[in-house]
Amino acid sequence: MTAQAQRPPLIGHLLPKIQFSPWTLGALVIAALVATPILTVLYIAVTDTSHIWEHLYNSVLGLYLERTLLLMAGVGTGTLVIGTGTAWLVTMCRFRGSRIFEWALLLPLAVPAYVLAFVVTDQLEYAGNVQVALRSLFGWTRPQDYWFPEIRSMGGAITVMTLVLYPYVYLLARAAFLEQSVCVLEVSRTLGKTALGSFIHVAVPLARPAIVVGVTLVLMEVINDFGTVDYFAVRTFTAGIFDVWLNMNSMGGAAQLSSVLLLVVLVLIVTERLARRDRKFHHTSGKYSELPSYRLSGPRAFLAFTACALPVLLGFILPAAVLTHYAFRFYEETLSADYFSFVANSLILSASAAVLALIIGLFLAYAVRLSSGPWVKIASRTASIGYAVPGAILAVGVLWPTGALDQSLSWIGGHLGFSIGAVLIGTIAPVVYGYLVRFLALSYGTAEASLGKITPSMDGAARTLGASPAGALQRVHFPLMRGSLLTAAILVFVDCMKELPLTMILRPFNFDTLATFVFQYASDELLEESALGALTIVGAGIIPVILLSVTIARSRPGSR
Amino acid sequence: MSGLHLRAISHAFGSHKVLSGVSVFAAPGELVCLLGPSGCGKTTLLRLAAGLETLQTGQVEINGTIVADGKDRHQMPPEQRGVGLMFQDYALFPHLNVRDNIAFGLDPVKGGRRSQWIDEALATMGLTAYADAYPHTLSGGQQQRVALIRALAPGPQILLLDEPFSGLDVTRRAQIRADTLELVKKSGVATLMVTHDPEEAMFMADRILVMNEGRVVQDGSPVDLYFQPADTFVAEFFGPVNQFNGIVKDGRAETPLGSFDAPGLADGAQVDIMIRPEGFRLSFANETPKPMPGDPDNLMILQGTLEVVTARPLGRSSFIVLKLANGRTIETRIPGVFLPGAGSQVSAAVNTRQVHIFKTT
Repeated sequence: MTAQAQRPPLIGHLLPKIQFSPWTLGALVIAALVATPILTVLYIAVTDTSHIWEHLYNSVLGLYLERTLLLMAGVGTGTLVIGTGTAWLVTMCRFRGSRIFEWALLLPLAVPAYVLAFVVTDQLEYAGNVQVALRSLFGWTRPQDYWFPEIRSMGGAITVMTLVLYPYVYLLARAAFLEQSVCVLEVSRTLGKTALGSFIHVAVPLARPAIVVGVTLVLMEVINDFGTVDYFAVRTFTAGIFDVWLNMNSMGGAAQLSSVLLLVVLVLIVTERLARRDRKFHHTSGKYSELPSYRLSGPRAFLAFTACALPVLLGFILPAAVLTHYAFRFYEETLSADYFSFVANSLILSASAAVLALIIGLFLAYAVRLSSGPWVKIASRTASIGYAVPGAILAVGVLWPTGALDQSLSWIGGHLGFSIGAVLIGTIAPVVYGYLVRFLALSYGTAEASLGKITPSMDGAARTLGASPAGALQRVHFPLMRGSLLTAAILVFVDCMKELPLTMILRPFNFDTLATFVFQYASDELLEESALGALTIVGAGIIPVILLSVTIARSRPGSR
Repeated sequence: MSGLHLRAISHAFGSHKVLSGVSVFAAPGELVCLLGPSGCGKTTLLRLAAGLETLQTGQVEINGTIVADGKDRHQMPPEQRGVGLMFQDYALFPHLNVRDNIAFGLDPVKGGRRSQWIDEALATMGLTAYADAYPHTLSGGQQQRVALIRALAPGPQILLLDEPFSGLDVTRRAQIRADTLELVKKSGVATLMVTHDPEEAMFMADRILVMNEGRVVQDGSPVDLYFQPADTFVAEFFGPVNQFNGIVKDGRAETPLGSFDAPGLADGAQVDIMIRPEGFRLSFANETPKPMPGDPDNLMILQGTLEVVTARPLGRSSFIVLKLANGRTIETRIPGVFLPGAGSQVSAAVNTRQVHIFKTT
């Protein structure tokens, strides 16, 4: 026996009760970094002395609240109906094209809401193809001759967001339907319920927690959205935060609005967590056989086909076709607007964020696995709340501390005789930081789920065979998790590519990504000239759609 | 002191106490079994010895080194303890082939010296052809053997086996048990094995510690435990029993079968009398039951005859239910095939070594 009796490290004597391992310490640091922007917003809101709050309270707060809630209600209902309905159709019924719809229904996920908003407006506005065609068909000549709905409105925003966000509900509802034991459905049929009756009384209640999770994720995206509401002039909270901050030049006011919005976020987080907890211990029967598939024909098949085809058509095929068409005609304009540097910028930002999110997420997930105390668990919970916090709020919360850090660095430098300019502001560091806070939950969640599939006795075997915790991670866990970790990195990468509000605010001066380029051009009615950029974002967005459809196809217990 | 010493170990998960003051010793070359029902804390004890669980109270010593002490919260990490642990689910690394799994715990530089040992071990266990195979292509028995070789490969100070045979189907168990015992004994290390199967414990162990609800209830050789169980729990754990309640009178406990010697129990004491089904000897009514090899000479012949309720063949033995005069039934198990018809009468005797009398608690 060569190993000497080891004493606990010195810090153990200084803090007799709390003994932090490097893993615990790291997890706490990560949690602190994620919490900083949120705490900063609350701090600015509380300490603001500009007295703008009374003004906001009396003038716009009610409007923002009403618009935000209305948008949430509209998109929530729309995605609930479309997501659950199509999920049921493709899992339980067989009709022409149903196998294709299984994955095709995910496609709109690749289209950022603001891109669809631009395309829809382009097609439906007065000079757009649809109205032009109607006018020539009916011989109308002036706007007064006929009624046509206003696209850039609340209704337009609800429609556009519903079309690109319903896949969240679809994805979770479908997974839940696939997980359901077929026995309970068969029991329902033998007890006299029709197929539709079984859907309403058995399948949906069983899938309800998953559907709730899907809808809360949708609602988080709704309050995060800046591009669509800005373009459609829907005055939601996020639009308001930017308005107060950038146009009224009041960071305090923006922080105060953000704090109110954080309450909404909190409600969503709690709802989601509760629903996720309900998802456990769900199945009373472990028997899974091939799902019954009701073969539809005639008018019913046609209706089912239409119900599945419309969301895909409007949410993906339309924007993809229009953008492809424009991209072919106007690609030279896009290229000369410095397309390749936008692509490079997008790649650099998204790739650095993805790699960092992966490393930190894996570290955190492994720290949770190693620890038994409450500290790491609290840290990991804290570190994964960023996904619910709208980009606008994070922008406020990231900019202020980085500015403060820069100032203190240059102050220290000044005292030491160096001249240090802004070290962080003006670099991509704040953007990457913002991305990390917002998307860490994605990589952490994937790493955690993947680690969860490795039995703890693997750890025990590696440790008793002489591997340190880090050695076990490197030699056992990492090789086993490689596929999932790649997926996690891709998910973060693509989300960063699409991200708009954070990037808009935190990017360095004159630094454009594909997203900011498309948004600025298209907002100035230059959709054609930016179409290639938008198409590139959509193209990148298809990668996770493919990954997700492969995963979900494999996820049915008992199928392999 | 060489060997594995677990001293006065207590452990709780939250408010749930799983171990209370358990001490275990295994000498080098000795195989000690922790036997008990699930939830009795035996696996936790194993994990504490390996260092996979943080020791709360007590002390763990391996070959003279204190590796964990609850008093000064000293805790040597598992990778430094020199412990070979074989898991119930084997925990073979799915991304490594058999040889790499076994070599996992070997120093890449010094590992060369052990490669011959690995080859020999693979050959002994009949796995030479599978050195390059991946775990998922192996049968359960093959995986079990790879896991055992892997645990022994680094030359551990002690070996810990957690339910090593529970994942195997019954037909393969006997052979694999024998192979395992041979390899473990050849290694000469102190071995602690956890099981809930008394037969397995009796086959493998030099010494058995029976555990219940976080305590050691009896520590002894397999034969001691079988013939001299310390209490009703141990007696029942080693197999089904016929149980009677009685009162001690003149140093003997009265039962519907007759009275049995109850040494050391005061007159008037309430007692539980337990007789194993295999403690009975039967014969047709007109004969006298004969002793089996190993039985004491003085079989206790029961008065009169008993009615057969059912008689079922079990292969190696026959299972016969008898009805006593007072209407209660007893279960007996007779080696070989002995199948008197239902309703017929048989004579019975009892091997008094299979009768256990405990003061009712």
